[in-house]
Amino acid sequence: MFSNFDYDVIWRSLPYLFQQGMAFTLTLTAIATVFGLILGTLIAMMRLSSSAVLSGFAVSYVNLMRSLPLVLVIFLFYFLMPYVGQWIIRSDQPVQVGAYASTIVTFTLFEAAYFSEIMRAGIQSVPRGQVMAGYAIGLNYREVMRHVVLPQAFRNMLPVIFTQTIVLFQDTSLVYVLSITDFLGAASKVAQRDGRLTEMYLFAALVYFLICFTASFFVKRLQKRISIIR
Amino acid sequence: MKRIFLLGTMIAAAVCTTQAGAQELTGTLKKIKDTGAITIGFRDSSVPFSYLDDNQKPVGFAMDICYKIVDAVKKELKNDKIEVKLNPVTSATRIPLIANGTVDLECGSTTNNADRQKQVAFTNTHFLTASRFVSKKAAKLDKIDDLKGKSVVSTSGTTNIKQLTEANAARNLGINVIPAKDHAEAFLMVETDRAVAFVMDDILLASLAAGARDPSAYVISKDAFSKAEPYGIMLRKEDAPFKKVVDAATAELYKSPEGAKIYDKWFTQKIPPKGLNLNVPMGAEQKKAFTSPSDSPDPDAYAAN
Amino acid sequence: MRVARVRRVRGRQRVKHWLPLTRLERPSVVRSTLSPQAGRGKKQWPGHCMGFWLGTARGGECVNYNWNWGIFWDQTPDATGTYFGSLMSGLQVTILLALCAWFIAFVMGSLIGIMRTLPARWAVFVGNAYIEMFRNIPLLVQLFIWFFVVPELLPGDLGIWIKQLRNGPFIAAMLGLGFYMSSRVAAQITAGINALPKGQRMAGTAIGLTTWQTYRYILLPLAYRIIFPPLTSEFLNTIKNTAPALTIGVLELTARARSMQEFSFQVFEAFSAAAAIYLVLSAVVTIGMRILEKRLAIPGFNEGK
Repeated sequence: MFSNFDYDVIWRSLPYLFQQGMAFTLTLTAIATVFGLILGTLIAMMRLSSSAVLSGFAVSYVNLMRSLPLVLVIFLFYFLMPYVGQWIIRSDQPVQVGAYASTIVTFTLFEAAYFSEIMRAGIQSVPRGQVMAGYAIGLNYREVMRHVVLPQAFRNMLPVIFTQTIVLFQDTSLVYVLSITDFLGAASKVAQRDGRLTEMYLFAALVYFLICFTASFFVKRLQKRISIIR
Repeated sequence: MKRIFLLGTMIAAAVCTTQAGAQELTGTLKKIKDTGAITIGFRDSSVPFSYLDDNQKPVGFAMDICYKIVDAVKKELKNDKIEVKLNPVTSATRIPLIANGTVDLECGSTTNNADRQKQVAFTNTHFLTASRFVSKKAAKLDKIDDLKGKSVVSTSGTTNIKQLTEANAARNLGINVIPAKDHAEAFLMVETDRAVAFVMDDILLASLAAGARDPSAYVISKDAFSKAEPYGIMLRKEDAPFKKVVDAATAELYKSPEGAKIYDKWFTQKIPPKGLNLNVPMGAEQKKAFTSPSDSPDPDAYAAN
Repeated sequence: MRVARVRRVRGRQRVKHWLPLTRLERPSVVRSTLSPQAGRGKKQWPGHCMGFWLGTARGGECVNYNWNWGIFWDQTPDATGTYFGSLMSGLQVTILLALCAWFIAFVMGSLIGIMRTLPARWAVFVGNAYIEMFRNIPLLVQLFIWFFVVPELLPGDLGIWIKQLRNGPFIAAMLGLGFYMSSRVAAQITAGINALPKGQRMAGTAIGLTTWQTYRYILLPLAYRIIFPPLTSEFLNTIKNTAPALTIGVLELTARARSMQEFSFQVFEAFSAAAAIYLVLSAVVTIGMRILEKRLAIPGFNEGK
């Protein structure tokens, strides 16, 4: 079954697969996580805000993003973004947004919806009684947040954030539809050029598995370590 | 309110005058000058027009032509330092990406037809090819009607898949049309027996088959879905100054001996990555397309007398 | 219901101090910052391009895109119907694929999820290995493996037979998506069973039920009710995750939108229509599931949560 495997094709393409493919995958994951978290925090704040307009906007944004398939969003944003740019800077023609910049913005906007839900759940996971207790012992709002709510919320949401980052790492493979050279894109380009689909796709699966498995192992350990025993 | 309006008009007037001052350059040329960069859209596997070589760098006949165009743009803007950015495109994404400004020139194997000219512009034709299908010799498929009831693949977003679906409906063939992302992927479907045939421009089929593990196993049909149609490099519509530069550059190149040299480099000599030789010398139509360059979408315009 | 109300109030108090964003939306502030542009005519923000965002204007003066919502009633190139009809047939495939994949996901997920709660060590190990395997490989890679790799690894004739199946892409997508989702379903089911008080299992044993009977009559009916909401969202994920199947040639909704865009060049009409359909679909499923959940609720158990 594996007798006519050409392991050499994997070996030969390793520099390309990792230096270009995996480098892009990791960059995209890292940038989208950082900016997604920042934007997600803002959205979560809007959602929990007292203003109906802000929370309404946040709710519809989150629900919209969470109802659409990522592939569709990748296509749509790739085509739409230059016009948005044109609209924002009022240029007389569409603003050039390259494939890479476009995917970064797309993933940031898309993941922000998911991160904001994690943040919201994290903040709301702290029992109401603790906040009251905080006020009762004379803390002000800022102190209650700083010393009571946020440390616990952060502990609750940290493992979930990491898990979502692993999901994001896997989702970046979808940029394949735009012919971008991420890890899977690189593997498929080699596979198609050399007619070695079996080897390359199994190898890609193995690499993704090892990375995600190791990462989720550490997330689990982290979860055990920082969890609050009630 | 009146005051606001006055202020607004003043700003508008100011904006208008600055715009009028920069009138010499508009559209893509202005953009290239302002950003100092031109973006070329390339393909994964349009051999030998635009594809990735051994180092995964885009090369090909159309790429060479585009670099000549870039030289002409540099001259026009009197700026040697214009950076060339490369952006991958697929058959499905190339037209929207030209329209929305992501790429300035699409260098590949895009058929120039009247339908597409409503969306984008094409420069002078660089190749002529008809739509046929490749299949395994063992399958013994020769005519379009032989595909009846079979699974046939084509690349999504091409004129070929459109012609295939049209023929499928017109002749009532009941073909199961599978769309693929790019040519290499589509050819693999035939290679791995997922589809019996791949409908595409015959030159692309020839190069894909030549690059296969066993080139002798494949045959390209005599039956064609279309006349020989022109390939052009795509640019944005309604951008006359840029098109003028590009047209002049391509016309000059095609008429010069260098045009024939570039043609020979990709069609009658060994090409990367595997050193295969396509062996397609310039035919009469191709010669005519080069001696009297044209951006006409009409296949009949290229007929050699 | 009461719980929800309390939460809302809590959120309100907290953010009031947190984020003084509320000032931003006071109309007077908005107007004064934007008013200088009010006189600059249609071209400028915020009136600028509103037509584009509302999908009404002929783009022209503000963005280079012309809307044409009538496109849905145009014929597709294969002359089998309108673009609207083509999107609807894509929707059918999406729903069918989601249901088939969900069937696999639910059955396999339940089996594996239950295995992980059994007293036997080997069962837990197998269950964990299964989950890790299907959860840690991206869906797209799994689809490629089912479609391109698995048939190659099967013994000769069987592989060829699978490859030539007319709806091969659909079957591969169904298996790939089904097994991928089953790992998530399994994790939910395990969590649901583990969330039940230990006393439930003990009570089952105490009244002389076998392990099978304990699961069948005590644990599972409760566990499924607890995890009904997360299972609903996993089902919604299954619907969304049908979209990557377009890469292996399944003509589901996103693929139909893409091909509509390729033929009609109306990119945003095509994709926004698909987006709207997905929104409606997920709203319908959410509402349906909520009704079902109420129907299945056991009075006194798990209410008000």
